[in-house]
Amino acid sequence: MTFKIAASPHTHQRRTTQQVMRWVYLALIPGVLVQTYFFGFGVYIQLALALFTAWVAEGLCMRMRGRPIGHAWQDHTAIVTAVLLAVSIPALAPWWIIVMGTAFAIVVVKHVYGGVGQNLFNPAMAGYVLLLVSFPVQMTSWPIPAELAQIQVSITDTLNLIFTGFTSAGYNLEQLRMGIDGMTMATPLDSLRNDLNHQLTLTEALNKPIFGDIAGIGWAWVNFAFLAGGLVLIKQKIISWHIPGGMLVGLLVPAAIYWLFNPDQAITPMLHLLSGATMLGAFFIATDPVTAATSNKGRWVFGLLVGFIVFAIRTWGGYPDAVAFAVLLANMCVPVIDRYTQPIAYGHGGRS
Amino acid sequence: MSAATKAIEAGHIWTFPGGIHPPERKDRSNSTPIEVLPLAKQFIVPIKQHSGPVGDLLVAVGDNVKAGQPLTQVGINNALPVHAPTSGTVSAIGPGRIAHPSGLTDTVITIDADGNDEFYSFAPLADYTSLSRAELLDRIRQAGVAGLGGAGFPTAQKLALQRPLDYLIINGVECEPYISADDRLMREHAQTIIDGTEILLHIAGCEKALIAIEANKPEAIAAFEALLPNYPQLALRVVPTKYPSGGEKQLIQLLTGRQVPSRGLPIDVGLVMQNVGTAYAVAQAVLNGKPLIERVVTVTGDNIAKPGNYWVRIGTTVAELLNQCGFEPVADSKQEQRVIMGGPMMGFTLPDLDVPVVKITNCILVPSNQELAPAAEEMNCIRCGACADVCPAQLLPQQMQWLAKAKDYDGLEQQNLFDCIECGACAYVCPSEIPLVHYYRKAKAEIRNIAREKAKAEVARERFEARQERLEREKQERLERHRKAAEARKKAQAEAVAQGGDNPQDAVQAAIARAKARKAAQAAAAAKQNQEGDDE
Repeated sequence: MTFKIAASPHTHQRRTTQQVMRWVYLALIPGVLVQTYFFGFGVYIQLALALFTAWVAEGLCMRMRGRPIGHAWQDHTAIVTAVLLAVSIPALAPWWIIVMGTAFAIVVVKHVYGGVGQNLFNPAMAGYVLLLVSFPVQMTSWPIPAELAQIQVSITDTLNLIFTGFTSAGYNLEQLRMGIDGMTMATPLDSLRNDLNHQLTLTEALNKPIFGDIAGIGWAWVNFAFLAGGLVLIKQKIISWHIPGGMLVGLLVPAAIYWLFNPDQAITPMLHLLSGATMLGAFFIATDPVTAATSNKGRWVFGLLVGFIVFAIRTWGGYPDAVAFAVLLANMCVPVIDRYTQPIAYGHGGRS
Repeated sequence: MSAATKAIEAGHIWTFPGGIHPPERKDRSNSTPIEVLPLAKQFIVPIKQHSGPVGDLLVAVGDNVKAGQPLTQVGINNALPVHAPTSGTVSAIGPGRIAHPSGLTDTVITIDADGNDEFYSFAPLADYTSLSRAELLDRIRQAGVAGLGGAGFPTAQKLALQRPLDYLIINGVECEPYISADDRLMREHAQTIIDGTEILLHIAGCEKALIAIEANKPEAIAAFEALLPNYPQLALRVVPTKYPSGGEKQLIQLLTGRQVPSRGLPIDVGLVMQNVGTAYAVAQAVLNGKPLIERVVTVTGDNIAKPGNYWVRIGTTVAELLNQCGFEPVADSKQEQRVIMGGPMMGFTLPDLDVPVVKITNCILVPSNQELAPAAEEMNCIRCGACADVCPAQLLPQQMQWLAKAKDYDGLEQQNLFDCIECGACAYVCPSEIPLVHYYRKAKAEIRNIAREKAKAEVARERFEARQERLEREKQERLERHRKAAEARKKAQAEAVAQGGDNPQDAVQAAIARAKARKAAQAAAAAKQNQEGDDE
């Protein structure tokens, strides 16, 4: 009579990678909804394109690597990558932008390094940076928030814009991005950086319709929605608070100090927090476990580093937003961070 | 009194990092009193049931034995005896399967029970303080008492360490899910456990004992609370329910805030820990002279009809025990059925049921696949760090996993692999279902093997070098001896010549001259012959 042999432990908490990933993309839903509200249905089309590309790319890679395809689809990591990239790019960007970015993220950044768990860099952000440096115009052409737009864009127009570049009435993206005053409208961070670079004072620079009351029409709400989703993830213990906390502190403290000494020439701390990809980055991107530091102390350091780089690039760098660059730069530092933040093991002189 | 000591005295409970809260499922077995099952027909007693060398055999095949009669004797290096669990005949002594994760075999003594269950005569002791420390230790040793909590470390050996001791800790935490053997023992035999604790304190020369119980055992806590007011030197400590708070190192951290140094012992920080079952066994051994021949075993799991706690004689086979508890293997599921000795976190599966219950067996768990789902397929690590969050030893399990898979043993030592207590918390939370502990065990075994091989090679090298040195030395000595002998001979000759005797050298010279002359004569004769031939 022979019984089954198994290694201990014989019990397991049933939270699989799939469930973890599902929580992540479910928590993104509020942000996606708010983004759709302000920037139109393009967000959904980008999502669909990204998911389809990720699904195909993942399947092809697993096939070429001679691994079970089902495995890769089941762990849902590709879904998270696709969703993150889709919400990071302008909603009306041409279709090949998201397809190219997603394919690069999955094939080169993830599978070339050995698949899930092995990649050094955050796939979505590496894909984003590839697109940003290759196609800067398309990647910075954010549609203006619906309430400020001259022309409202229907679903058909959105589809046409993404796939052909023109609406049925013959408008192109550039024309649609005109504000009520007839000026092409940049994102709050973009606009602010240009104006500050042109020697305007902060008060003057903020005197534009895009800024609204808090920190940019639409953008502040999108950030609030991602913040809400992120807090759910912390509550559910999908992510720990160390990375988001570190990143927000790392961004806010230098931003506040710089702003106090330079009140007319600096982006306000509030604007830092609630515009661009700050909250998305803090709760959903920097927290990618594969490419972040592993111990709690390490996560703190990692978060602080990401936050500081975001501040530095927004303040002195050549790009309006910086989350993607900051995350990739911090990814490179992870082995070093891990090396110097190894917790003191029990019995090695630590204090309890 | 230092602040830390004050806090310990005041009953402060520290905390330890990590830990998990798996479903406890202790209520299935802890609601009924400990039962006594009918005796088995046959018992299998392994002669090694503790950590350390085994004692020499005292019986032979065919001998009649009584319950409690020693089968092996106390030996050097803390070799502990084992005792007959009941009266009967020794029917075989030889290799047999023992309860071991790898299904190893060892020498076992098979006893066919006669059914009378006659006891060997024991010598009770009215006043243990009348005996010396050494005599008491010997009594514990003779009774074969080894740590009942898990490792089976000889109890007397722990107590014999003559070092300053702040506290004796009695571990009644029992944090492993399902198991309630200690819980029931504490509820029903708190007085005996206290007696045992007092004896342990007396032997250890220690002032105070802390009795630790997990908060999920209110009845056991109440049992001790009722008795402890009469014992000022004993204090109860209730620790929060969290796995693995019953681990020796973790409990020490909880009760004293101290940490046992890496690769050290609790006594290095002035502490000794004993399990409640061990305290009970010590009381039995010292007060009644009764050896360790039975213990409480929890039998539980969905596939057990009568889950509960049972007094089980050491040597009862698991098959017999499960039979009596109504084991119902689901039809056609034999390949899938697991029988676990120990709990779901740290227990090991048994390949077959002919192995005996031994001194450290606290639970037999026969789960259905619904309650404890079998391990799913291992997926890639996503470095989520859930394992590091729950590790009570503050290690980085996922880093160790990469290193173990890469066979980077130096890296593993740097990550303090050997401080891993194999509690299984990391594998429990891993979303990729990586059998982390399994990798660590393999790596540990591999590292130990390498160290052993290295030590062996070192010894071989030393022996080789020693041999070379000896041969060289002997050669030199031999040459020296020859040289001296030759010198002595020459000197003797010279002396003989000087005194006018024959010089042996003359004889040699004469012989050489003779030989030369003979050779010359032969050559001349040959030349002459040749010449004559030519002439013809």
